[in-house]
Amino acid sequence: MMNNHTPALEITNLTKTYRGKVTALSNITLHVEEGDFFALLGPNGAGKSTAIGIISSLVRKTDGVVKIFGIDIDDDFEKAKSLIGIVPQEINFNQFETVSEIIINQAGYFGIDRKTAKARTNDVLKQTQLWEKRDEVSRNLSGGMKRRLMISRALVHQPKLLILDEPTAGVDIEVRRSMWEFLSKLNKSGTTIILTTHYLEEAERLCRNIAIIDNGEIVENTSMQTLLQKLRNETFVFECATEVEKIPNLLGTEITRIDSQRFEIIIDNSSSLNQIFKTLSDSGIQVASMRNKNNRLEELFLNLVNSNE
Amino acid sequence: MSNDNSKNANNRSLIALITIVRKEVTRFSRIWMQTIIPPAITMGLYFILFSTLLGARIGQMAGFDYIQYIAPGIIMMSIITNSYSNVVSSFFGAKFQRHIEEILVSPVPNYVILIGYVSGGICRGVIVGTLVTLVALFFTDLSIHSYSVTLIVVILTSALFSICGLINAIFAQKFDDISIVPTFVLTPLTYLGGVFYSIDLLPDVWRQISLFNPVLYMVNAFRYGILGHSDIQVNYALTMICFFTVLLAFISHELLRRGTGLKT
Repeated sequence: MMNNHTPALEITNLTKTYRGKVTALSNITLHVEEGDFFALLGPNGAGKSTAIGIISSLVRKTDGVVKIFGIDIDDDFEKAKSLIGIVPQEINFNQFETVSEIIINQAGYFGIDRKTAKARTNDVLKQTQLWEKRDEVSRNLSGGMKRRLMISRALVHQPKLLILDEPTAGVDIEVRRSMWEFLSKLNKSGTTIILTTHYLEEAERLCRNIAIIDNGEIVENTSMQTLLQKLRNETFVFECATEVEKIPNLLGTEITRIDSQRFEIIIDNSSSLNQIFKTLSDSGIQVASMRNKNNRLEELFLNLVNSNE
Repeated sequence: MSNDNSKNANNRSLIALITIVRKEVTRFSRIWMQTIIPPAITMGLYFILFSTLLGARIGQMAGFDYIQYIAPGIIMMSIITNSYSNVVSSFFGAKFQRHIEEILVSPVPNYVILIGYVSGGICRGVIVGTLVTLVALFFTDLSIHSYSVTLIVVILTSALFSICGLINAIFAQKFDDISIVPTFVLTPLTYLGGVFYSIDLLPDVWRQISLFNPVLYMVNAFRYGILGHSDIQVNYALTMICFFTVLLAFISHELLRRGTGLKT
């Protein structure tokens, strides 16, 4: 029986050992609430795809429990699978079939009758802006279109949980941004989304909660906001309107000059940006622009992963 | 409530089954120049060779013109090779391109995957068999002695070899692996399975050895269905075909359940 408090995904003590030797996942525990937009981050080989493989039945677990909306995959995997949509990392559709055929067939595998399947295929193709390509053989699509086709295919049975394994890898910025917009809308309409990505900006922009996995272990599992607050220092690059002869002393900061008009300031999170601007202004320095040097999440991610080594 | 759930689940499985079969039939129909026409041409060449060129010199066999005697065997040979190669190439292709994952991540029961792919193999076997029969009618007269035996043998044989193709594809890791069995096992068994001769012509030792060849039973049971003649007991042949079909269906279902060759 499902209720509002049942997590969309509940992983308990999940372990995967390949051929009894290589441990890909070591006793991981993870909860994703219904309606969440959840990021699963980790370096290559960390175990993200293995975890997704187990959830989607492509990888056999060694130990542990996986529940999808309260349904244990060991008890009723078919029912659990009917609630999930998977967008894998690698292209895995038939390159000789047309866009429509691929999606209609996928609907058929989920037991959706052909008439409904065709109607839903039309809907998802319009949503993902592939409608014009519906009769195109899939191998002729561009990289970005192939990604969108896999998203369309994963959505045709209207899953409650959508899992995307690096969906924007190798697509241009414009397509990536339109996919972000689409996924945000989908999440707002009630679909729980789990996203793995190498684009940390993507996770920071889209996701509310995050888990970082490294060497098969969860090294962080918290809200995005909490995680970002853990950053002690941020580096800002200041560009001034005119040449700066002497940069004033700014307490609580570390300053590095880049050239005559630009300098970097490393600020800890107890410092006030207002105070820094006031001091610069009092010294006759006019700031033309300021930008954050590093992606904050990327910095934190590297700290966490490095400290786990 | 539980009856409704079960009815819904059965309905979903039926739709999934129809989807797999439709996809399989579409696949081999789309490439009919590779899948349907070549066997008809190859078998047509056999008929030319053994009717006008060699058949008259060979004379009669078991009371039939030679071409009439071998026609059922040649039709059965085309059914066997095509049902096998349909499933082995389709399933391995799906594994190789990874679009088998479309089915694996869906709530499709393993028995539906098995029946779906095997049905695709049966469809191709029957279509090619029918085409080869039509070609045979240009060279000889064929009147069906027993419709029921003919139909049962065609369906069971194509099912059996479709299952064999599925098992081959499950274990195959590379394209070489799907050509080894047809080349080194299936072809010798077929050619030595009484397609072109009666085993009564063989010395006793070779006759006894031939009885271990499963293709012999299929060819002779089919020949009985068409001509009313068989070198072996038809009931025994049908029992053997049924037994191996059920046994291999069980094995292949178990392989799918375990995810052998499909899941890591």
